Amino acid sequence: MDPLKRSPPPCPSPRPSSPRTQPCEMLGHVGIETVLDQLKIKAMKTGFEFNIMVVGQTGLGKSTMVNTLFRSKVWKSTHPGTGVSMPQTLQLHSETHVIEEKGVKLKLTVTDTPGFGDQINNDKCWEPILGYINEQYERYLQEELLITRQRHIPDTRVHCCVYFVPPTGHCLRPLDIELLQRLCRTVNVVPVIARADSLTIEEREVFRNRIQQNLKTHCIEVYPQKCFDEDINDRILNSKIRDRIPFAVVGADREHLVDGRCVLGRKTKWGVIEVENMAHCEFPLLRDLLIRSHLQDLKDITHNVHYENYRVGRLNASHLLPRGPGWVNLAPATPEQLTSPRPLRACRRPHDDSEEESGLSMANPRPASS
Amino acid sequence: MAVAVGRPSNEELRNLSLSGHVGFDSLPDQLVNKSTSQGFCFNILCVGETGIGKSTLMDTLFNTKFESDPATHNEPGVRLKARSYELQESNVRLKLTIVDTVGFGDQINKDDSYKPIVEYIDAQFEAYLQEELKIKRSLFNYHDTRIHACLYFIAPTGHSLKSLDLVTMKKLDSKVNIIPIIAKADTIAKNELHKFKSKIMSELVSNGVQIYQFPTDEETVAEINATMSVHLPFAVVGSTEEVKIGNKMAKARQYPWGVVQVENENHCDFVKLREMLIRVNMEDLREQTHTRHYELYRRCKLEEMGFKDTDPDSKPFSLQETYEAKRNEFLGELQKKEEEMRQMFVMRVKEKEAELKEAEKELHEKFDLLKRTHQDEKKKVEDKKKELEEEVNNFQKKKAAAQLLQSQAQQAGAQQTKKDKDKKNPWLCTE
Repeated sequence: MDPLKRSPPPCPSPRPSSPRTQPCEMLGHVGIETVLDQLKIKAMKTGFEFNIMVVGQTGLGKSTMVNTLFRSKVWKSTHPGTGVSMPQTLQLHSETHVIEEKGVKLKLTVTDTPGFGDQINNDKCWEPILGYINEQYERYLQEELLITRQRHIPDTRVHCCVYFVPPTGHCLRPLDIELLQRLCRTVNVVPVIARADSLTIEEREVFRNRIQQNLKTHCIEVYPQKCFDEDINDRILNSKIRDRIPFAVVGADREHLVDGRCVLGRKTKWGVIEVENMAHCEFPLLRDLLIRSHLQDLKDITHNVHYENYRVGRLNASHLLPRGPGWVNLAPATPEQLTSPRPLRACRRPHDDSEEESGLSMANPRPASS
Repeated sequence: MAVAVGRPSNEELRNLSLSGHVGFDSLPDQLVNKSTSQGFCFNILCVGETGIGKSTLMDTLFNTKFESDPATHNEPGVRLKARSYELQESNVRLKLTIVDTVGFGDQINKDDSYKPIVEYIDAQFEAYLQEELKIKRSLFNYHDTRIHACLYFIAPTGHSLKSLDLVTMKKLDSKVNIIPIIAKADTIAKNELHKFKSKIMSELVSNGVQIYQFPTDEETVAEINATMSVHLPFAVVGSTEEVKIGNKMAKARQYPWGVVQVENENHCDFVKLREMLIRVNMEDLREQTHTRHYELYRRCKLEEMGFKDTDPDSKPFSLQETYEAKRNEFLGELQKKEEEMRQMFVMRVKEKEAELKEAEKELHEKFDLLKRTHQDEKKKVEDKKKELEEEVNNFQKKKAAAQLLQSQAQQAGAQQTKKDKDKKNPWLCTE
């Protein structure tokens, strides 16, 4: 390393430095930037974790979508959702695998919800789902509160929930709206139009616009949430994504020969629907969002916002318990606590006042207090 | 409604094979991008005597001039001075905090020299713990002030460690990552240096001082860390002045007998220190501080406060329960104290009342007594008055009687004379 190499001029930092710290200019190369490599090495050694949940009615292609996303047979053949047997009540089914790509190890946990919305009376069918999500938060919280903690607390919290909207072509159904309203406050939700090959391109656009309007009317904030954009670059990028939500996706795990290439797709009498072709469906967008660009962001928001909200609610609620003689009997989280939705309270980062005043309107109907 | 989850146990984790490119190999980059936008924190504590070259070394390490005045030797005790700086290199922002021990080793009685240092380190842990225990917390935004590395400056005596050094290092080794360095190494000759180093290391080992071990568990850094560990403690020379060597300017110290180049590995171990501290292990130092030293502090602190993970009946407690119980205990105590104070107040009021009543009674008695004496006197006076009046009456009577006698006597006299006269007057003789 050449000690005399001049470092490039410092770029203006987006955050004003606190009054205590003075910015200092260095006269030569020190090697601070190597900390990024150190960080990478450490992260690759410990590996990554990702928990995804797919929610939707039976037959919308959830299991196939998961297989397509991760290019492997995630589900064992006895999985209830694959049509072997239709469960009568909602059961959540989780599977964990370790996948590796180019030295990066990922511990993937996929939770499926076969039987969701299948009954005649679907009242409160979201409760098992919310219960499961909150149970994971509870588990993490209990681990965090121990005196002797583990070095690395196993993270089973759901980082992302992919909601499959049936391709009716009209608008969101009451069941969808109810569930989305509740889910969005607890977890990052990415809605997708399932089985989009039954809609033409124009129908898709109309459907998409209607869904976006529905979401806006009911104040449902899906991922990427507007209030968590950190700076202008984020906002631009995320606006592009928000324009296309919900993605119209098609899942397939068989390969076919098209024009001499081997592509993943669904073969029908009128042609082959290529999954990776942007002209056919928006699966690449979904995959890029979930895996290639926003995976870390999903985890961060889950940890910094949703988990903190849960923790605040839980710790506050425990003060309302009646006092007994001697030790307080802290009842385990009641089912109401596990399923009741909470308002989206915590804002991810307190935004700089300079940015706020620069005209970017952050009109957020919900009070966002940090 | 119980949630039925079908979940295999951890041992059955399948390793899946991928049939195509998924794309999560960009995960480390995503992680790094996030961290870059957040910025990094690094806090170094420099422990060493006044004038041993701490500030100069920091300037040399980070290639900049940190504004600071040299300390005097007259400090009454050890105090810690922390300064924060923001450094930026390409797109990495580093918030560097350098903590100096001012006045270390200057006092005549150095018994308590280590105490301010330990207190400072504990205070930073405490601040983080408080933030972590808050209900509404913001840990990702928190400016981490915990000390990540402690550079212990050993004076270049050439013999062995001073007892002050041993005592201080022993107190610090469980709280912070200690990296011992020999300061002003240009005053030691090369053969002496080797002996000095081995003596120091053997003393540290025999006294059970745990210094920071460079990690050797990852293949990428194991080799370099292993080779560098052999040279501990690093003998460093610091200098911010540049001297022309050959056709380049280099940081060096110029003596009449030669020039000591800071970045020349034959002259001193500065390059090794910079390599180890910044370029290879900065992240590991931060991680060790968080996962080992901070956890130890947290565990001790919580156990001290009375929290346990399992109660005597070996049922698992949660921190939450004990916290609740403590809180209620505390509230109960407060209430009791309030009661006590109220009772004391009531008692005091009663006492005062009794006192006042007593006083009132006394006054009444006095008044009665006075009244009685007054009456007695009045009576006496009346008696006297009566007596006096009697006397006066008597006197009057006597006076009256006396006057009567006198007048009678006069009359008798007058009659006698008249009689005599009459006697003499034959004419009046009527007898």
